Amino acid sequence: MIDYHFDWTVITRNAGFLADALLLGLGLAVASLAIGCLIGLLAAYARLSRWRLLSGAVWIYVELIRCIPLLLLIFFLYFGLPELGVRFLDKFETFVAALSIYAGAYMCEVFRAGLESIPRQYVEASKAIGLRPWQRQRYVVLPVMFRITLPSISNNLISLFKDTSLAAAIAVPELTFAARQINANTFRVMEAWLTASALYLLTAYAIAIALRQVERRYAAIR
Amino acid sequence: MSGLGATLLSSALSIVMATVLGVLLGVALTYGWIGLRLAARLYVDVLRGIPLLVLILFTYYGLALFGVNVSAFWAGVIALGGFATAHVAENFRGAVSSIPSGQMEAAKSIGLPFVNRLRYVVLPQAFRRMLPPWVNTALEIVKGTTLLSIIGVVELLLASQQAMARNYMIIDFYLFTGLVYVAINFTLSRIGARLERRFTFARS
Repeated sequence: MIDYHFDWTVITRNAGFLADALLLGLGLAVASLAIGCLIGLLAAYARLSRWRLLSGAVWIYVELIRCIPLLLLIFFLYFGLPELGVRFLDKFETFVAALSIYAGAYMCEVFRAGLESIPRQYVEASKAIGLRPWQRQRYVVLPVMFRITLPSISNNLISLFKDTSLAAAIAVPELTFAARQINANTFRVMEAWLTASALYLLTAYAIAIALRQVERRYAAIR
Repeated sequence: MSGLGATLLSSALSIVMATVLGVLLGVALTYGWIGLRLAARLYVDVLRGIPLLVLILFTYYGLALFGVNVSAFWAGVIALGGFATAHVAENFRGAVSSIPSGQMEAAKSIGLPFVNRLRYVVLPQAFRRMLPPWVNTALEIVKGTTLLSIIGVVELLLASQQAMARNYMIIDFYLFTGLVYVAINFTLSRIGARLERRFTFARS
């Protein structure tokens, strides 16, 4: 062990900064998950549609996004889109857009599996009692599907929260960026990174525990 | 396009490191005595709970502090490998726990010592089962190597950004880089699917 004196005052002095950064990261993750779920749901329906062209297009979207590194997607939207004349997005919006597109591909797979796992009898029964197609989806298929896919959704929220660390690459002031800043300004390497790691870890576990409760409340009907 | 070499090399090194260490850690996680098992569990859970980027930056700045002078490339490989080790260990544990306990008991009853039980009975089955998640981890690693650009390793992403800085063909270069990643990862997942098909014969 080398001679390293810990000086945690760096952290206490920057506590507000770090807290803001953590909340920003959480906000980015939740916003991206919400938009990503919307994209994913639409994409999942499109994927299962009888129209080959539509389901093929969604297949390409999902496979492409799953093969492309998130950082590349972020850089493409941040540096590439302005070249194409899209200039209205600031870095926060760009990041949420990138993360949502990314999450959408993953959620599409989750929802597709969820939709496919719904027993046919449910749909047939709802047809038998005379529900219209959108009523069947709204009152029968979607509620069941959400309960089935809830564990996957919460896993995705946690991994999205971890992915918000990439926002540091385009200077969004979230936790990784904050830690890097403290590291660069004060050279308190260990303090900065240990704090950031611990905060990520604790938040991820807090999310996991909270969502476990939600899952227990709305557990899938077996 | 020397960046492609760095991407492939760092991915390959990390994957090899993660596979070897991950299986060892997985054995500790599944069969180790309680202290070892808890330590392995702690390692796996901590590394899986921290974003990869934080791990890479931590390793990069932290190693220098401990007097270990490694290049950015090796710091990145260590971080990536360490991260993937946790994932492989967890995959291994999952694979082993899906093997019926009767297998282990049967091997015990014919008098095989622990190492042989592992070597001839559990591992062949476990490897077959952990192939799909292992391929996923490998894909994650290839994608994760882009994060090395942040600590200044000139891999594919940073190399193409440097090229863009020279010629301003931003869209073209990003699309091209994206295609290269898609090509690498699509090939990997195809190979994985083919291996899976080859090795599924023994599944009852």
